Amino acid sequence: MMHFMLLFSRQGKLRLQKWFIAIGEREKKKIIREMTQSVLARQPKTCNFMDWKDLKIVYKRYASLYICCGMEDQDNELLTIEIMHRYVELLDKYFGNVCELDIIFNFEKAYFILDEFLMGGEVQETSKLSVSKCIEESDLMQETMEEYLSKPTF
Amino acid sequence: MPAVSKGDGMRGLAVFISDIRNCKSKEAEIKRINKELANIRSKFKGDKALDGYSKKKYVCKLLFIFLLGHDIDFGHMEAVNLLSSNRYTEKQIGYLFISVLVNSNSELIRLINNGIKNDLASRNPTFMNLALHCIANVGSREMAEAFTADIPKILVAGDTMDSVKQSAALCLLRLNRTSPDLVPMGEWTSRVVHLLNDQHLGVVTAATSLITTLAQKNPEEFKMSVSLAVSRLSRIVTSASTDLQDYTYYFVPAPWLSVKLLRLLQCYPPPEEGAVRGRLTECLETILNKAQEPPKSKKVQHSNAKNAVLFEAISLIIHHDSEPNLLVRACNQLGQFLQHRETNLRYLALESMCTLASSEFSHEAVKTHIETVINALKTERDVSVRQRAVDLLYAMCDRSNAQQIVAEMLNYLETADYSIREEIVLKVAILAEKYAVDYTWYVDTILNLIRIAGDYVSEEVWYRVIQIVINRDDVQGYSAKTVFEALQAPACHENLVKVGGYILGEFGNLIAGDPRSSPLIQFNLLHSKFHLCSVPTRALLLSTYIKFVNLFPEIKATIQDVLRSDSQLRNADVELQQRAVEYLRLSCIASTDILATVLEEMPPFPERESSILTKLKKKKGPGKVPDMEETKKERNSDMNGSTEPVSVNSSAVTMSTPSTSTDLLGLGLAPVLNSVAPASAGGSLLVDVFSDNSPAVASLAPTAEENFSSPRIGSADVVSDDPAAAVHDADELVNKFVCKNNGVLFENQLMQIGLKSEFRQNLGRMYIFYGNKTSTQFLSFSTAVICQDALKTHILLHLFCITKQVDPAVDGGAQVQQILNIECVSDFMEAPILNIQFRYGGALQNMSVKLPVTLNKFFQPTEMTSQDFFQRWKQLSIPQQEVQKIFKAKHPMDTEVTKAKIIGFGVALLDMVDPNPSNFTGAGVIHTKNIQVGCLLRLEPNTQAQMYRLTLRTSRETVSQRLCELLSEQF
Repeated sequence: MMHFMLLFSRQGKLRLQKWFIAIGEREKKKIIREMTQSVLARQPKTCNFMDWKDLKIVYKRYASLYICCGMEDQDNELLTIEIMHRYVELLDKYFGNVCELDIIFNFEKAYFILDEFLMGGEVQETSKLSVSKCIEESDLMQETMEEYLSKPTF
Repeated sequence: MPAVSKGDGMRGLAVFISDIRNCKSKEAEIKRINKELANIRSKFKGDKALDGYSKKKYVCKLLFIFLLGHDIDFGHMEAVNLLSSNRYTEKQIGYLFISVLVNSNSELIRLINNGIKNDLASRNPTFMNLALHCIANVGSREMAEAFTADIPKILVAGDTMDSVKQSAALCLLRLNRTSPDLVPMGEWTSRVVHLLNDQHLGVVTAATSLITTLAQKNPEEFKMSVSLAVSRLSRIVTSASTDLQDYTYYFVPAPWLSVKLLRLLQCYPPPEEGAVRGRLTECLETILNKAQEPPKSKKVQHSNAKNAVLFEAISLIIHHDSEPNLLVRACNQLGQFLQHRETNLRYLALESMCTLASSEFSHEAVKTHIETVINALKTERDVSVRQRAVDLLYAMCDRSNAQQIVAEMLNYLETADYSIREEIVLKVAILAEKYAVDYTWYVDTILNLIRIAGDYVSEEVWYRVIQIVINRDDVQGYSAKTVFEALQAPACHENLVKVGGYILGEFGNLIAGDPRSSPLIQFNLLHSKFHLCSVPTRALLLSTYIKFVNLFPEIKATIQDVLRSDSQLRNADVELQQRAVEYLRLSCIASTDILATVLEEMPPFPERESSILTKLKKKKGPGKVPDMEETKKERNSDMNGSTEPVSVNSSAVTMSTPSTSTDLLGLGLAPVLNSVAPASAGGSLLVDVFSDNSPAVASLAPTAEENFSSPRIGSADVVSDDPAAAVHDADELVNKFVCKNNGVLFENQLMQIGLKSEFRQNLGRMYIFYGNKTSTQFLSFSTAVICQDALKTHILLHLFCITKQVDPAVDGGAQVQQILNIECVSDFMEAPILNIQFRYGGALQNMSVKLPVTLNKFFQPTEMTSQDFFQRWKQLSIPQQEVQKIFKAKHPMDTEVTKAKIIGFGVALLDMVDPNPSNFTGAGVIHTKNIQVGCLLRLEPNTQAQMYRLTLRTSRETVSQRLCELLSEQF
């Protein structure tokens, strides 16, 4: 099970934080600080994994952004890399070639997309089509809510 | 201005975000934020009701501010209001705010729960999904209480949309993790298993996670899932890459689902049914075969997904540990990866091989890769990978290669990263001890460790070398010689001074014959280091000096001069001053005989698990959960506080063990010393102790003797006001009842308490008889049962005691009876306390006794065959699941008595299971209301050494520990 996912820039600015465990704000800030520091300090061409306390940290760099996940020991590391990749693909599909600014200005969308994909620290839906369909439908819903409600629910 | 704004842009929000981005300094940012907060606050407080859009916008701004790292103390109410909006995006923002910001503010939670309830009932799938996400994100206990009944229904209802089923499955999973006791098992469980057959792969993916977690806790109930998972997996593995459409990821069919299914199968032993087993083996072979095929794509995503499945399959093969053919293939595959150009694969191969090394089928195959692994240690550029290499070397080490591996690790230690040095030190120390044939090699290795990485040599390591040297007389002379030589180095590490000081103090006489290491030379050598050392080390050296006084009377005067100097006698440090004063005095007034007794050589240390191993386990073990830590501490203190009579042989021992180190040297004397120290800190008292004409031993001894010599019968004679304190060490009483249910619990001049009890599954009933032994009436007789832990918020002990009250007057010579009903809700450590009060002859009597309600009472014996036993044994192979204790026999080692005790303990005694007929094996299930814990035990007696080794394996760490504690006291 994933414990947290963090997105931060090369300057160490946090862009997104998702926690799947109950944990206090102070503790969160401590983890964020430690993660940004240790991930940013990693040399190039090293592996994408680090041990940290009893968690396994899996991280990957996308242009100016780092994604970093805290996983439990028995979780599959390679697949975690692909979770991050799939998330980036989903952002890409929604924003069209996503960049850091998209995530800054539409942070709430970034959270919604992540929610469609992961839940409770587990992968909920791996199909790109299904996830992006959900997101697009909800975007449409703003305008057509009245119509939607007048329709019989399934 | 925003680069992109999709869907429903909130212009105000975008402007605010770009304002923040344009701030030149942190101060400017804070100023801008404060301005915004004031604005939002006035809007929320304003008379004009805000429309939904504005409310959403402001809540979203607050969220943004919070995520920047600032505190937000308002707006929660507005967010909750958004939940009841009919507009999807408003609702969505409300839920997002709550998911990110809400803690368990109970007032608010009720309102939120209300919103969630409405959305769950709306039958609108998107709303239901939002609500389920919110529950999963917050996951608080209040939410669990409110919704655990509904969610299973949503999950298995026939008309629920697929996407809602997915959310419901994972939501339930989350609640099960946070509040397992609240998630009811029931009729829905079997239907959940059938979701593995669902047509929608997304549903199967989500459900598999849920089933895996549930199966870990109740393997029996979810047994069905094995065959379903195998057939699902087989369909995926054999499908063409296009069959699964969007669930194919870079030409790999459903990698996420495959991995989850493989994980689910790791909750179980190999399938018993031949056909299923065959099909699974085929699957695993197919996966291994595919690894040899040329890649379908050059993209890294393709190889990652493919290898992710491969590694998970290898994990399953290792877990089953039953097919030598597959194990060797797995090992070869990993061997290929060891040399792969992808760092990730090298890392994972090392990690995976580590577990493979512990299988008897593949241990040898793993060992063939030793050169590659050593090479990795030397050449890998990535510290994470090097660490894995160290782990693997540790795992593959056995007698045949220990010398080589230890040498390589020591070599590496010289240049190793600081972050992993301590761990390497521990590993080297353990391997050196475990595989030492020749203990001189062991001593050399440890001294090398101290030389190379002294700072990282923890106390456990040097304590251990001392324990071993003291327990093995064949190595004492060599050790004395070696430390003496090592101390010659102009700059040596303080840890070396400690080891050297201790060993020379004990065994310096063994090398004193050599004029190059005469007593005076030894003393001068140690004393030359004295002033460079920290206080604890100096304290230890002072003890060495007094030991020298006994070993070498010829240098007594020199030592007395040193002790007498102002820098010792008037040292600012209380501990040092006290030692100097006491030792000086002791050396002056005690006769040679008394000195020889007081300063006698240390007795051998009791055999027990290496403290280093404990430390390594602790380092690796999950240290997050607070109560785990607590149990660990408890266990440690148990180990240290073992009141082995050996350690009492003379209070002199305290002399040679400075208080800072006593703890680990494990004599349980630390509290004694500590209690002496503060009392004597005020100078005059200190002198008093010695001005007394009786020998020093006697004046030091009482505390020690009181603590250890007379075995007090628990708290049998307690007449105390403080029940908790009085019963504190009454464990002996409880121990008496571990293997039997009836008997006299307690007796004094006034009364006798008898017990009769019966237990079935998680329920028990206890009849308590109070007999008045006097001829006078007891007045105001009352009893109460106290469950200590039940008071804590995190409840560990759940015993519901329903006591029928007894008559307040008990006649002389009469007996009254009481019934106690017991229900075990979950596993527990402490025993409940029975508190009795009455008036006898005008005086209020108050006594407390521990009731012998112990975890093992809730055992149901389980008969099983040898094959079953060992299969289950292997399944419980996680280190935390096993607890082992080696201890000395306290009673004659009679086979029949032992058998009776094991049966009395509650497990089934399994005959003909253990290949060694003198060993005992047993199996049973602990029944509690929440869970059932299967338990296997094995007791290996060693009649020659009069020792036992007891091993317990259960699926819960706390249960293993508690049962081991209880049972080990019985022999």
